[in-house]
Amino acid sequence: MSNAQIEIQLIASLVAISCAIPGTFLVLRKMALITDAISHSILPGIVIGFFITHDLSSPLLIIMAAASGVLTVVLVEFIQKTGLVKEDTAIGLVFPALFSIGIILIAQNANDVHLDIDAVLLGELAFAPFDRLMFDGTDLGPKSLWIIGIILLITLGLLFAFFKELKVSTFDAGLASALGLSPVVMHYGLMTVSSITTVGAFDAVGAILVIALMIAPAATAYLLTNNLKKMLILAVIFGVGSAIIGYWVAHVLDSSISGSMTTVLGLLFLMVYLFAPNKGLFSVLYRQKQQRIEVSLLTFLLHLANHEEKEERHVKHLNEHINWQKVRSKSVLNLALKNNMITIHNDIVSLTDKGQHFTTEAIDYIVTNKNSEIENMKDRFFLFRG
Amino acid sequence: MSEKIAVQIDDLTVAYNYKPVLWDIDLAIPEGVLMAIVGPNGAGKSTLIKAILDIIKPIAGSIQIYNKPYKKQRSLVAYVPQKGSVDWDFPTTALDVVMMGTYGSLGWIKRPGQKQKKAALEALEKVGMLSFKHRQISQLSGGQQQRIFLARALVQNASIYFMDEPFQGVDATTEKAIINILKELRKAGKTVVVVHHDLQTVPEYFDWVTFLNVKKIATGPVKDIFNDDNLTKTYGINYKVSIQQ
Repeated sequence: MSNAQIEIQLIASLVAISCAIPGTFLVLRKMALITDAISHSILPGIVIGFFITHDLSSPLLIIMAAASGVLTVVLVEFIQKTGLVKEDTAIGLVFPALFSIGIILIAQNANDVHLDIDAVLLGELAFAPFDRLMFDGTDLGPKSLWIIGIILLITLGLLFAFFKELKVSTFDAGLASALGLSPVVMHYGLMTVSSITTVGAFDAVGAILVIALMIAPAATAYLLTNNLKKMLILAVIFGVGSAIIGYWVAHVLDSSISGSMTTVLGLLFLMVYLFAPNKGLFSVLYRQKQQRIEVSLLTFLLHLANHEEKEERHVKHLNEHINWQKVRSKSVLNLALKNNMITIHNDIVSLTDKGQHFTTEAIDYIVTNKNSEIENMKDRFFLFRG
Repeated sequence: MSEKIAVQIDDLTVAYNYKPVLWDIDLAIPEGVLMAIVGPNGAGKSTLIKAILDIIKPIAGSIQIYNKPYKKQRSLVAYVPQKGSVDWDFPTTALDVVMMGTYGSLGWIKRPGQKQKKAALEALEKVGMLSFKHRQISQLSGGQQQRIFLARALVQNASIYFMDEPFQGVDATTEKAIINILKELRKAGKTVVVVHHDLQTVPEYFDWVTFLNVKKIATGPVKDIFNDDNLTKTYGINYKVSIQQ
């Protein structure tokens, strides 16, 4: 690997981490759409900052962009508060307006300054190592590495300082407010950090694809854990992993780096969506199938409990007597046998004591919905796990 | 019951988009009562609690908690929001939610430690949820979630408790368990204010009641004012309930 390659991957990784952190909270606050809005509407801020400084990596640019990001949120909330339109409509009204102002500004001045719409929207990570930070004749590395590094340090500092406040204001804003931990401050703090990160992610993925780096790793992590800290860590790992894999995919295909990174993010989400242990599609389908079998089992056991007559309990007649609902009677019989709930003598099925007990308990639970008695049953049967 | 006033509300008006939802409320909640706030949907019951807790800014009036504004008395007050107001798919555990009750006394930036964890575990024990402490909150039943919210308020160790529909969507066992804890709080001299929907249980559960329908209709001891007259004034002309006392 050349130095430039290492630098590009380093920049991409730092961008991924900086995005995953606010992204996690945005996903939990159901505000993914607002990143979309921010990522568009920081454009006029960037353009105006660029006209003043003529430098794409100037700090003024970041401040201007962050200001227009926060302005977006303020405008959205203002329109929403009128009560005339809903939040999604308000978002849809605000960001195209700000974005188009940015586009017109670029078009008007495109001849005078070098600011390419493509570069703003899609980023150009491959060129990032060429723009170096020089101090006193010494080369300190790529400018964008410094910018995103500083943004990441600030983000991490804020996360460690205000983790508790972020958590409670995200989960229960009413309680946070009552406790005096202002959810409004947290809200605008998060919006400011998101805006600043979006600008910082500029070189790597551009203003638009940054949405993918904010939302996809967090959404993927959400499917895999029930713990906020783990969700943050997983989101960071997914972000960095996709950034590095995406870089090498682009390298092999000789294609766009930001495009490859985003594609990898999408594929990663798809894999987790399909195969995640609890919330994944296959896991859900398997659980539903198990539940169907268990409902049939319970129907079957209840039938046995209700009928003393031998002809009602003959293996061959069970198929006719009970509507098995797409479940093979054999799998129901096997499940009952495996759990020692029934015995079969000369093709006549009988409940064991355990089976009798289980049936009473299960029916009791279904009728009264009392949880405490079936805690130990939950480990063995999906039906009672909700 | 002492004659001290826990919460004093004067001339309170709250509006959403300039449409008043609470009109000129005067209300004094005596210390040590277990009070129900009753009224039809849209009567402003939740809004009243939110205004007292400074979550919603009133357009007029004043609210005093033991003669001082709420901002100076936060540590005296605990709050149980409506269960439906939060996302129960949030990635966290029962214990962690109860710990959030300690965040107010910790203040900004400081992290909860062993002391807060111990208090949270005790509160979980009190509501009979200790064995569920590491359970993800979406895996709890509605009644269990409500108990977790109650534990979170208990951990605040406050003098006044505000609860927004704590019996909504809970089973009979949980309802009994919750009301027993509330009665214990009253015995310990605490003031408990509950937004309540089931009029049948008002005389059994509460000793004080406030009728609310945008305006305050009546407030006082259940045995004196919980009658058809006030119920009709609050809920409309044809409203009758049988009261067993």
